[in-house]
Amino acid sequence: MSAATHRAPDTGDAAAARLELSGVRAGYGDFQALFGVDLHVAPGEAVGVVGPNGAGKTTLLRVISGLLRPTAGTLRYGGQDLTAVPAHALPSLGIAHVPENRRLFPHLTVEENLKVGAFAPSARARFAERREHVFALFPRLAERRRQPAGTLSGGEQQMCAIGRALMSGPRILLLDEPSAGLAPIVVQQVFALVRRIREEGLTVLIVEQNVAQVLRVVDRAYVLETGRVVAAGRAADLAADPAIRRSYLGMH
Amino acid sequence: MDPFLLEALVNGVLLGGVFALPVLGLNLVFGVVDVIWLCYAELVMVGMYAVWFLHTQAGWPLALAFAACLPVVAALGVALHLLVVRPLLGAPPINQVLATGGVLFVLQGGATLVFSTDFRSLGVEMPPMEVGEVFVSGTKLAAFVAALFGAAALWAFLKFTYVGTAIRAIARDREVMPLMGVDPRRSYLVTSAIGGTLAGFAACLLVVQLDVHPFVGLSFGPITFIICVMGGLGNMLGGFLAAFLMGILVSVGGFWWNTEMSYVVAFAFFIVVMFLRPRGLFAR
Repeated sequence: MSAATHRAPDTGDAAAARLELSGVRAGYGDFQALFGVDLHVAPGEAVGVVGPNGAGKTTLLRVISGLLRPTAGTLRYGGQDLTAVPAHALPSLGIAHVPENRRLFPHLTVEENLKVGAFAPSARARFAERREHVFALFPRLAERRRQPAGTLSGGEQQMCAIGRALMSGPRILLLDEPSAGLAPIVVQQVFALVRRIREEGLTVLIVEQNVAQVLRVVDRAYVLETGRVVAAGRAADLAADPAIRRSYLGMH
Repeated sequence: MDPFLLEALVNGVLLGGVFALPVLGLNLVFGVVDVIWLCYAELVMVGMYAVWFLHTQAGWPLALAFAACLPVVAALGVALHLLVVRPLLGAPPINQVLATGGVLFVLQGGATLVFSTDFRSLGVEMPPMEVGEVFVSGTKLAAFVAALFGAAALWAFLKFTYVGTAIRAIARDREVMPLMGVDPRRSYLVTSAIGGTLAGFAACLLVVQLDVHPFVGLSFGPITFIICVMGGLGNMLGGFLAAFLMGILVSVGGFWWNTEMSYVVAFAFFIVVMFLRPRGLFAR
């Protein structure tokens, strides 16, 4: 199937690009990871999904980007049923996924990693323009453009992974644990970048274990535990909620 | 230096150039699709028959026969992928090897049925050239130059195009590729076509040096696999360098002892390498 047939019109109004999950169940073989998740992300919003290890956060993003098919429930983006779209067609629809552990191609240079991110036919024509944009966002990447991505520091690798995702010209960015394995000072930088990306008008769905940090950059958040949404609301409200402060923010 | 030793060295380098193409093709397919085409040398054999048939039987000019050979073997590579490899992508590796090994016998048997076991010669020979004190076969030199050209074209494709860059990325991490907008199934198909094209290219270079018969693949197939393993399976640059090393070993071995002994030397060297560096000479 050609990716082009799934391309959304460039002029599509923002209201069309709403991501909506309802009653989503998914798992791996006999193991069920998600038990009927309802979630939505409105255009321009930044939404967080927080919860402990093994809550199903990564599975949730894998379902949205088509790497894993839900066994039940609906998954729609801009009114289109995503469960009928092959995973490789999603970048052309405006959905980009920065996977857990970044998954850069370590033997390819920084610039080649960006090039793979611009593989979709609709993205190739704008490669040079978007590459300059990414280099403006992350000047460190510009300095290291000819270096194998495997030689970058952890923070630079995360920037490269986000840059690679931006190369497809997404309208919504899915971020899986961007702060994992990074030093505290670098975590600060990564969240500052997420804030900047937001300001450019991108919709962001971010999955994190670093609850305190993520609640400062998102508008709303969902708390996921053992595959179920157990709480949801405005980030400020969740940060003030005594139960959440106890469980996730280390406050007593 | 002894001019005969020098000549053996030069011939070894020329031979290495011809080994390099099938080595690159096999490594590419293995690196991307993760399946070993055990019948690779037989794809080359079919290409050699294609050139021989079109040139000597159908009366086509040699250049045209060469040009037709590439798409013929490329199509064979695509057919091999669609009919044999794709249905077995999730199967245990041993089943994949047995299946492509089965294709080897089918192609040998098919060639015997159609062309009999006669040795067929293209009857093309370019005059030898004298470079300094060394005589070099013009045919071998032309084949060598063409092989380098083919390798350079492959390198440029993998380095500079979107599809080529994606192919290098798949070789390292196939699960993440759909997130980049890359359809792995389609990439496998493209890779199989390129693997076939390289086999066809190798056929053009070999058919001017060797007579064609259904079992001609045995004269370069096993050494092709050994070179791939020696350079590190899936490692394109390692395989390319190992091809020249093996070419020189075979050629110089043949100069010091005799042709039969030269392969013993080469294979013994391979065994030693496998003991010392089991993941290949150039494994990182």
